[in-house]
Amino acid sequence: MDWNLFFFVVFPYISLTLFVVVTTYRLIYRPFTQSSLSSQLLERRQLYWGSIPFHHGVVWILLLHLLALVFPKALLLWNAVPLRLYLLEISGFALGLWALVGVVVLLWRRITVPYIQAVTTRMDIVVLILTLVSMITGVLTASLYRFGSTWFTGVFTPYLWSVFLFQPRPELVISLPWIIQLHLINNFALLAIFPFSRLVHILSWPLDYLIRPWQLVVGVRDRKATK
Amino acid sequence: MDVRTHMSMVFHLDKCIGCHTCSVACKNIWTDRKGAEYMWWNNVETRPGTGYPTQWENQEHFRGGWEMKKGKLNLKLHTRLEGLFKLFYNPSLPGLRDYYEPFTFDYKNLFNSPKKDVQPIAEPISMITGDPIDIETGPNWDDDLGGSNIYAKNDPNLEGLPQEVREQMNELERLVFNYLPRICNHCLNPACVAACPSGAIYKRDEDGVVLVNENDCRAWRMCVAACPYKKVYYNWNTGKSEKCILCFPRMETGQAPACAHSCVGRIRYMGVLLYDADQIPHAANVPDDELIAAHREMILDPFDPKVIAAAKENGIGDDWIESAQNSPAYKFVKEWEIALPLHPEFRTMVMMYYIPPLSPVVSVTERSLFRLDLMQEDYDFELFDRLDAARLPIKYLANLFSAGDEGTIRTVLRKLLAVRIYMRRKTVHGKVDSISRKTLAEAGLTEEQAIDMYKMTTLPKMEERFVFPNYHREMSIEAMLDPLTHKGEVGLGYIQQPKRGE
Ligand code: SF4
Repeated sequence: MDWNLFFFVVFPYISLTLFVVVTTYRLIYRPFTQSSLSSQLLERRQLYWGSIPFHHGVVWILLLHLLALVFPKALLLWNAVPLRLYLLEISGFALGLWALVGVVVLLWRRITVPYIQAVTTRMDIVVLILTLVSMITGVLTASLYRFGSTWFTGVFTPYLWSVFLFQPRPELVISLPWIIQLHLINNFALLAIFPFSRLVHILSWPLDYLIRPWQLVVGVRDRKATK
Repeated sequence: MDVRTHMSMVFHLDKCIGCHTCSVACKNIWTDRKGAEYMWWNNVETRPGTGYPTQWENQEHFRGGWEMKKGKLNLKLHTRLEGLFKLFYNPSLPGLRDYYEPFTFDYKNLFNSPKKDVQPIAEPISMITGDPIDIETGPNWDDDLGGSNIYAKNDPNLEGLPQEVREQMNELERLVFNYLPRICNHCLNPACVAACPSGAIYKRDEDGVVLVNENDCRAWRMCVAACPYKKVYYNWNTGKSEKCILCFPRMETGQAPACAHSCVGRIRYMGVLLYDADQIPHAANVPDDELIAAHREMILDPFDPKVIAAAKENGIGDDWIESAQNSPAYKFVKEWEIALPLHPEFRTMVMMYYIPPLSPVVSVTERSLFRLDLMQEDYDFELFDRLDAARLPIKYLANLFSAGDEGTIRTVLRKLLAVRIYMRRKTVHGKVDSISRKTLAEAGLTEEQAIDMYKMTTLPKMEERFVFPNYHREMSIEAMLDPLTHKGEVGLGYIQQPKRGE
């Protein structure tokens, strides 16, 4: 079997299919199961040092990845000035490190605190380990293979789009160093388990909180309609 | 005028015997589950005391309720943007220790223990981890002033009381306490609803019950922190917030909520209140000393033809209006003005009300004998003119029920006392004299009202205490579906529509 074909064509499609189909099913038919499953009530000190760095780091990193995927030109334009390139690289690296620290604390807390063990499933551990691998390979990539924010647009942007558009071009990633490949495969693995884990909470962006009225009133029938 | 309807409960604190039947009834029905063991949607706390969760009234710590800043009302917890930044860690969230760690006992050991020289014991174990624990606290750890030098002393409502009065409240001959049963207040300006980033909490239009939509809840836990009464709880097992639902399935079938129904002291009354939704923004945003007046103003008179017309205009049925006219809540809150909101200064506009308790006369120690601090002349009810001689300091009650305004409390207590004096003359002495008439008039009551109050307080039948309108649930399905279609679909127990596959 051609492993390259498996890891860079077959596996991405399996995980993307799972991600789209099962997630949609779960959000529509099993909304009760979508929750961030906070455990702050049971343990808060370690959570503070884990959750805040991890989430604030990972949210920005994901957004940067998304930016490189959707607006590669804009990113390249930004990077055209060396100072701005350094700024982006350094802050990206720092955010990655920060998130890495967070995930280590979270994993440690999951494994060692009895109160947290009581609410831990096997899937939680899988999620944390995959996230940890993702963070480590990401941070290593950023430090070993300089200026990822620039070469990403030449390698991953076309590769990912080729996958999304059903014309996969695995040749773009076959010759990459193994750390970067691991980063890629690992993230597809995360995508595959996404709908089966607590990760679904990522999809609840409560942004309309910024504009909705403070109070919500729901009636059996519309009052005004009965007039 | 935007007339709306609300189901409200009144707690007559003088009648509460602190038996916790209400709490247990509620627990048995709703919270006897994994993840909910520590929740008491209904709890009864001893006052003075620190309550459950410990120190819940201390909003500098828990940041619940609303805050008036430069004439504008805002959540004390966060601005909207801050709220989103605190999703990942919510600093104001109470920890499990602020409630207590739920426990049970290892009863198996009593049967399975190997033969020993000593009796086997059932060790306490945590209901979360299953490990043996040392029980350090529990709900009502300070029941009936137990451990009062730790708990009662730290009651946040003692604030503003002179030091010597505080000291006296700890002396044996002045000791006093009352009970405070608490459920969710189903507020008109709920902080939990306003704090939820997901918009998962809402207020039901028809009766005002505040509910969490468990399907929309994403466990951001802002509601738990924002509720100044700490009556939203986080279920650590399901990862969803939960709260008192005012037993709406019972109310919809004409039964009182479990806590009220089971109440041994019969202290609870329930009925419809009509209120003017247009006045909420104003009433929640007046200076502290005007809060009660503005709140009462917002409650509408169900006999007023203008109110009735506006209610009908809003689609409120005749049966609900009639129910509002018979409502005991209306009588206590608006007609007699003796039921008060708990902590109106939190500005959530609570819709559950309390009649503050009376307390005995203070006693003094003379030559190591107790003597009641009575007046010289023969006056059969000592306290009426000397409320300051009551053991529960007026200021303390004011901190609980009137945002610190002692005048409101005095008026209420004098009404309660005047009715007692009047009824005592009438039933014990056999005739009403001028003194009792005078006290009634001074308290601002007519004889008729006094008799009504007496009857409603002492002798009410079940159907006088609980007046429920018809909810017409049979009609609610119209909101979703043609009733005839619905009729053909019920009875099979499907979560999804039994639709034929392709
Ligand atoms: S059941 Fe009634 S009397 Fe007993 S504690 Fe509860 S409110 Fe008080």
